[in-house]
Amino acid sequence: MKPKWLLFSLSIAVPLLLAGCDQSLLVFDPKGPQAKTLSDTIIFSIMMMVGILVVVYALYTFMLVKYRASKLDKDYEPPHEEGSKWLEITWTVIPVIIVIVLSVVTVRTTIDVENVPEAYANEKPLVIYASSSNWKWHFSYPEEGIETVNYVNIPEDRPIEFRLYSYGPITSFWVPQLAGQKYAMSDMVTTIHLAAETPGSYIGKNSNFSGKDFAHMEFETLVMTAKEYDEWVQDVKETAPALSETEFNELIEPSVLGRKTFSSTHLEFNPPPEGDNAGHHHGSENHHSEDASTTDEHMHHEDMK
Amino acid sequence: MKWDEFFVTGEPMIYAAMVSIVLVSIAIPAGLTYFKKWGYLWNNWLTTVDHKKIGIMYIIAALLMLFRGGVDALLMRAQTAIPENGLLDGQHYNEIFTTHGIIMILFMAMPFIIGLMNVVVPLQIGARDVAFPRLNAISFWLFFFGAMLLNISFVIGGSPDAGWSAYFPLASLEFSPTVGNNYYSLALQIAGIGTLMTGINFLVTILKMRAPGMKLMKMPMFTWSILITSVIIIFAFPVLTVALALMMLDRQFGTQFFAMQNGGMDMLWANLFWVWGHPEVYIVILPAFGIYSEIIATFARKNLYGYKSMVYSMIAISLLSFLVWVHHFYTMGHGVMVNSVFSITTMAIAIPTGVKIFNWLFTLRRGKISFTTPMLYALAFIPIFTIGGVTGVMLAMASADYQYHNTMFLVAHFHYVLIPGTVFGVIAGFHYWFPKVFGFKLNERLGKWAFWFITISFNVTFFPLFILGLNGMTRRMYTYSASTGYGPLNMLSMVGAVGLTIGFILLVYNIYWSTRYEPREVTGDPWDARSLEWSTPSPLPEYNFAITPAVDELDAFWFAKKTNKSLFEGEYEPIHMPNNSGLPFIMGIAFFFFGFFMVFSWWIPAVVAGLVILGTMAYRTFEQDHGHYISVEEIERTENALRGENS
Repeated sequence: MKPKWLLFSLSIAVPLLLAGCDQSLLVFDPKGPQAKTLSDTIIFSIMMMVGILVVVYALYTFMLVKYRASKLDKDYEPPHEEGSKWLEITWTVIPVIIVIVLSVVTVRTTIDVENVPEAYANEKPLVIYASSSNWKWHFSYPEEGIETVNYVNIPEDRPIEFRLYSYGPITSFWVPQLAGQKYAMSDMVTTIHLAAETPGSYIGKNSNFSGKDFAHMEFETLVMTAKEYDEWVQDVKETAPALSETEFNELIEPSVLGRKTFSSTHLEFNPPPEGDNAGHHHGSENHHSEDASTTDEHMHHEDMK
Repeated sequence: MKWDEFFVTGEPMIYAAMVSIVLVSIAIPAGLTYFKKWGYLWNNWLTTVDHKKIGIMYIIAALLMLFRGGVDALLMRAQTAIPENGLLDGQHYNEIFTTHGIIMILFMAMPFIIGLMNVVVPLQIGARDVAFPRLNAISFWLFFFGAMLLNISFVIGGSPDAGWSAYFPLASLEFSPTVGNNYYSLALQIAGIGTLMTGINFLVTILKMRAPGMKLMKMPMFTWSILITSVIIIFAFPVLTVALALMMLDRQFGTQFFAMQNGGMDMLWANLFWVWGHPEVYIVILPAFGIYSEIIATFARKNLYGYKSMVYSMIAISLLSFLVWVHHFYTMGHGVMVNSVFSITTMAIAIPTGVKIFNWLFTLRRGKISFTTPMLYALAFIPIFTIGGVTGVMLAMASADYQYHNTMFLVAHFHYVLIPGTVFGVIAGFHYWFPKVFGFKLNERLGKWAFWFITISFNVTFFPLFILGLNGMTRRMYTYSASTGYGPLNMLSMVGAVGLTIGFILLVYNIYWSTRYEPREVTGDPWDARSLEWSTPSPLPEYNFAITPAVDELDAFWFAKKTNKSLFEGEYEPIHMPNNSGLPFIMGIAFFFFGFFMVFSWWIPAVVAGLVILGTMAYRTFEQDHGHYISVEEIERTENALRGENS
């Protein structure tokens, strides 16, 4: 039995150790304040959880070693124990404290990552609309008036606001080294705030299953210096073709594509589902009553005939 | 519809499946005819209303589905073992992980648990059957034919391909035009109705049919867990019923509940699905907690530590299970407030669960632990499930979840919860109660080999996924490039999956081996256990208890053994038992055809099948069936035969 127990412990312990040593894991290699906050949060929670595991495993090992039948007297008869009020209160109260600590951390970090990064709170964010279609990502820069497919370039040290929506199934926009993910949906716009502090190329992807070629929905996020970024924008404006409505409608048909660059955006002729264009109107009675009155009129008209 | 669309074509594996399905469907009737077993099958199994036999059928079906879902899992692991693998294409891979999820949760875990509760609960409370035996048979046949309906989608029409959670709009007609998701909405609906009726049946059974003296707080912990599970089923499954009905309407009748236009809301599906889906997790985990409580107490030879806090913690978990569903989609863009509330409710579940872990540990303290096969599973559960639990707390933190969501970290987490929780639980229960039902134990040596294979391979398979997830590997990817560096750990995971396969094959081989060679067990109490089911002879007579036991404490059977007193006082009296009926089986077949015709929108045949269903109900309404009595002489004969040697 011994070697099996050893093997069993190893099968749990070795990967744990490996995980602890390997610092190059994407989530633990943040390149911006939001991802850094999340990485710190995760490491903090892992340490607390390891603490819990140590306590449980120590008790567990102790019980198994000490109270195995083969080590006990043949006539030993275990006592009848109803429980212990104080012990049970202890292992209720300690987890309550742990949950309170983690709750505080969760709420604070959630507020942090849902807003413009603190260091950039006074700057106006660069807005980029990121929309998905089967199976690609479209990035529209309304201020610059340019659009890209399957890659996004952003300037460093500047707050970026991604506004997400989808031309099809729910997708999830994720650049692990810059920020946590968020869903892109067809009937509303969701927002990710982030900033990048190291120039470089980072993998971005759709993490939410969206059909046949979902696995190919990756894009490059290239973080540039402010100067390089301005040059790139200028270059796109001068050299790239404009995006026509016909071409965009072709683009959002299901397909796997490489990169594309345009000197205009689809936002003008195919606006995102926000404001008046949102997919469903929570409590906006006006729309409904308007619709109803037109229908009434129409029916009335029909009757007259 | 053309015939080449009707049958799934173009894949060698699917042709092989077709051939094997045809062969099996020829072989079974041929074998039955050759061995003249039609009558036996019909009289003893297809028409039975006996809770033990229904339980056995549930468990056999669950084991079959375990292998179907397991093959899916192996194919997934094989496909992703190396980068850019060409074993499966995207569409096939998507169908496989979708059916893997549906089958493992709904057609493996649930029926295995329902099977065990069918066998054990009436015995633990000193009852002769469940409250509504006929309804119980209908529950089983609806589950069975629902499962069959989903399984034929593999060769006829195509399987569902939008994930087991079938998120809209991906699962809508626009993005999933095959009949696959019609199968989803109808097969799950039929099986789900069966489950809902099981919940009602067991709630009533436990509340109304306990032996005299067995107060609620004197019930065995497994029965307690089933009572609470039944309540969760009754509250959660109607949500699934409604969601699936809306899904069917959207896909086949042109409604727009979850559509992208006309005010449809894709988020509505996600919410409905998880309002059912999260309690569903506890439906499959609480009974396992009950099983572990029985096994740990038995093999530590000690009463369960903190019985009351065990009960209260399960009640707390069941309440909280309805308040956490949003944690499945923190990333949907609700504000900080909503995410924070659901983070806290989710983490709060860790508190009652932790209480249970410590109570089990302290049950072991001062005990006398013997390492039998069921006990090994129960003991392996504690450290492995704790990893699942603490990673669950990590996932509960909304901010951090933005980095775990949809990754292999999540996949690793829920396998670390569901496998040591539910799967080890049902296997432990299977080994533990097997001698009660069949009159012999499963071989311990083979059982332990299977255990070590399964437990070690499980960790090898799933631990690497935590790391892959933190390295950004998302779930449900059918392929990835070598440059991602995901290759080696995926290969390690594949090695583990092969080990798991060997373990499960050993487990089934053990059933065969033990049936042939394991010595018969005559005491009825092979483990020197504590609760009422062990006071009956093994294998069990149809009526379970010749005389209804009188109980005045928890673990009454244990104390009766200690003090040499009998639980059964009084004279034999004629026993009233329900009659067998072919109606539930016929109803199940009618539901199957109704579902099948609905899947293909063949309305006229569907209406005909629907009328048959209504006809069976009408027949039942006017049927006069008062059951039958077993005479005192017959009871005496049976009891003397069963207890002959030791009375």
